[in-house]
Amino acid sequence: MTINPDEDLIHLAGVRKAFRAPDRSERTVLEGVNFRLREGEIVALLGKSGSGKSTLLRIIAGLIKANGGDVLYRGRTINGPAKGIAMVFQSFALFPWLTVQQNVELGLEAMAVPSAEREDRALKVIDVIGLGGFESAYPRELSGGMRQRVGFARALVMEPDVLLMDEPFSALDVLTAETLRSDLLELWQERQIPTKGILFVSHNIEEAVTMADRVLIFSSDPGRVKAEIPVNLSHPRDTEAPAFKAIVDEIYAVMTQQPQRAAGSPAEPLSLGYRLPEATPHKIEGMLEALAEEDTGTADIPILAEQLELPDDTLFQLLEAGRLLGFIKVDHGDVALLPAGRAYVNGNTAQRKEIFAEHLLHHISLATHIRRVLDERRDHRAPENRFLQELEDYLTDDEAERVLELVINWGRFAEVFEYDYNSGVLSLPEEDEPAASEGDASAAE
Amino acid sequence: MRQRIIPPTISFTPEMRPNAWDLAALPLVLGVLWLLAFGGSQMSTPYNLGDPLPMSLDPGSLPYYLLRSFLRMAAGLAASLLFTVVYATLAAKSRYAEKILVPILDILQSIPILGFLSITVTGFIALFPGNLLGVECAAIFAIFTSQAWNMTFSLYQSLRTVPHDLAEAAEMYHLSSWQRFWRLELPFATPPLIWNMMMSVSGGWFFVVASEAITVSGQNILLPGIGSYISMAIAAKNLTAIGWAILTMLVGILIYDQLFFRPLVAWADKFKFESIPGEDIPSSWLLTHMQRSKIMRTLASLPGLAWNASLPLFRRRHDGLGQPTRSVRSYPWMDKAWNALVAVTAAYALIRISDVVRVEVGLPEVLHVILLGLATALRVIVLIIIASLIWVPVGVWIGLRPKLAQTVQPIAQFMAAFPANLMFPVAVILIQKYNASVEIWTSPLMILGTQWYILFNVIAGAMSIPTDLKDAGGNFGLKGWLRWKRLILPSIFSSYVTGAITASGGSWNASIVSEMVSWGNTTLMATGVGAYIAEATQKGDFPRIWLGCCVLSGFVILFNRLLWRRLYRLAEERWRID
Repeated sequence: MTINPDEDLIHLAGVRKAFRAPDRSERTVLEGVNFRLREGEIVALLGKSGSGKSTLLRIIAGLIKANGGDVLYRGRTINGPAKGIAMVFQSFALFPWLTVQQNVELGLEAMAVPSAEREDRALKVIDVIGLGGFESAYPRELSGGMRQRVGFARALVMEPDVLLMDEPFSALDVLTAETLRSDLLELWQERQIPTKGILFVSHNIEEAVTMADRVLIFSSDPGRVKAEIPVNLSHPRDTEAPAFKAIVDEIYAVMTQQPQRAAGSPAEPLSLGYRLPEATPHKIEGMLEALAEEDTGTADIPILAEQLELPDDTLFQLLEAGRLLGFIKVDHGDVALLPAGRAYVNGNTAQRKEIFAEHLLHHISLATHIRRVLDERRDHRAPENRFLQELEDYLTDDEAERVLELVINWGRFAEVFEYDYNSGVLSLPEEDEPAASEGDASAAE
Repeated sequence: MRQRIIPPTISFTPEMRPNAWDLAALPLVLGVLWLLAFGGSQMSTPYNLGDPLPMSLDPGSLPYYLLRSFLRMAAGLAASLLFTVVYATLAAKSRYAEKILVPILDILQSIPILGFLSITVTGFIALFPGNLLGVECAAIFAIFTSQAWNMTFSLYQSLRTVPHDLAEAAEMYHLSSWQRFWRLELPFATPPLIWNMMMSVSGGWFFVVASEAITVSGQNILLPGIGSYISMAIAAKNLTAIGWAILTMLVGILIYDQLFFRPLVAWADKFKFESIPGEDIPSSWLLTHMQRSKIMRTLASLPGLAWNASLPLFRRRHDGLGQPTRSVRSYPWMDKAWNALVAVTAAYALIRISDVVRVEVGLPEVLHVILLGLATALRVIVLIIIASLIWVPVGVWIGLRPKLAQTVQPIAQFMAAFPANLMFPVAVILIQKYNASVEIWTSPLMILGTQWYILFNVIAGAMSIPTDLKDAGGNFGLKGWLRWKRLILPSIFSSYVTGAITASGGSWNASIVSEMVSWGNTTLMATGVGAYIAEATQKGDFPRIWLGCCVLSGFVILFNRLLWRRLYRLAEERWRID
């Protein structure tokens, strides 16, 4: 089969995106991304947070420019928001001072569609999407689900070829999301909407498998398409069916799989600027305890997800945190408790803190680094900005702040260092300060 | 009931027939229009410097003077709004403009406006020779300078903080920059802008009163208005006339509030980005009335039509496909060249000003004026402390009683709007009668008008202490000083800082009129930079006015940088309730 870019709705080849940091160094977010969206397809993008899937969606939307590679819509380069492409936002992004109808008409108004036609088209879409009767309501009068319906109506009224959706259901509760999802699928299958292809970002594996014909899995740092999993199931899909579960299992396995290292290389070296997963010590503890309750100390990840009632992305963060700290092992969609993890669960509060501290200082190089600096300084104190600046060499400002805050949180839990919010100063816990330091202090006075 | 917006389209249907609401609304609007036209025509009568302007102390002419003062205020506000939109948009949209416009704005808002009045009035008179409009413009300019800066800052801040997702949606749905401004940026900025307009106007009455009686080159010009009426009453030692003027001012402020700001605030409520459940929705009898009147609705939709027509005219013409339509590239050398240009211009201006001051005034006097500045600074500090000690407990006491607070809050805001300079003659009489110290007893005048900002901000802060915190405090038996230290003071801190900043800024400005006060032919002068400026203004001594104003601005900027900005940051980070 020959690939003809003109036949694809969206065609990406070798797309690269890097953001320029204030110090003029570059951070690559996307590297060598190839992707095609064909007519009649729904494609889902999955990946850890920060893997660049939202960035990719925005490049296709024309909101962000790629630094390299081809970005084509029906064979033409995308340089800005194109007429045939519309987007639905995670936060709905409705204008609170406009009524439902005015919000829906926004894009038409911008393109100077005559007001009679505008109204006609808007009312039709409002009706189809199930908002009839709410035309004159303001967004603040509507529930979350209804608001996102306005978001959909605003996109669909443009009669887009391609509908982009950035985690469209993640701000909704489970039931509302379910209803909205099936309503959208119904419109799509019954061809009530002129849209020819849908591309959506999701953090929910089950959602992706329910809707998509293909699931693309992104790896992070830099973002790349790591795997592509076709979903050849007929609609409506039964989430309890074995074939469905098999696909979900496969995706979990791919997403938790470690990047392949050269044979014989030591356990992955963790750089100072490693993007540590967002997980509180108490949540990690909860996960370890849940694992310990299994007789074998192992569990299938989808089952663990159900048991802990956590969203997929939260669970992935927990799993990564547990793995980085050396408490668990993740392999082919299974989690297993390591001896250290078992010892942690069996310990009392003091022993748990001790184990956590030991693993934190051993495995997380940022924590090791902070502790070493504090040990070496005469007054055993250091401002947080010192570490923040170091992190900013590797991460964006926001990420650097988040990672440092996280490590401070872990370090406080493990009682390996203390932190004062008002002054922004890190210090050693008093009982850890070597006796010599008191002599130093008095000598200084 | 939520307020409905006025639909932007006209449909000529039976609904157009006048209804009962029209009966009342129409005469009201026509009357206001006639007053505007009449007052406006009076503003541009022939006038030459030295001509006497007919003024009388007859209380019967006060409504007319009030109308003239009103118009000045309205003109100042309109000018401020225009300036705000142009300046803030430029600063927010252009990287180069931003670099100079924002610092300039920062300086402008700490410059004592009153000191410059006699400088600007000469220019305006030259602009309209032989016409009263020149003097009117000078007074309006003074009012403008007292209102524009905080409005501009507010709009600039809003434009910079437009929610990212809405900006993306606007981009995605092909809004051009013109459409984005009207559909997204301006609506988003409206509620804070209107709040700042209210603050501006309430501060502006003080300047209306102060700017109507202008001294230029030894000539006293009295523009017909409440302020001039007061100056005449002071010169004639007529206490009854002052009483009438105070009463008229009270009525005037009330009218402005009811006919202008209430409707505006109620209307702007729909632009609020996030609504807090349980919060009172502002309402206005006038707005409700207008929205029920069909003729008014039709009239109000006319400007909307023109605006609607403009949207498609300025639409985006390109599709975003194919070749890029424009390339945005930044050249590092251009940044550097721009910075250098700004730096050179600033240095040149600094050298010129210091030259003039050194030649005309001399260094010893500069040091003397700085000492005078210290004297005024001492007054401001002591007064803010005293006002805080009084109004913080009172404000908290009121704020913790919601029913009472709802009655007191509008009164406090009203008091803040009331031009305190109307009360100055009373102080002079008292000081003379009891032979009290001028240095001490003229000082309270500085804070007479501005202390209310502390009060109503503290009330607002105390009202917004979360109920669960109060309950928890009660549950754990927090009492007395511990309750203040752990619950009340931290909760009201940021509101208090906001109020105190406004109060201190206003007090600096007021020093020019309050350190030198008169009654008939008695003039009391305290030691301070305010009195120095006032004296130089009377003599028309421009270099000394410049020097005084520079020193005063310097102190204000120093205060803002060293004290208020830090406190504000502390309030934002440490004592924020979220």
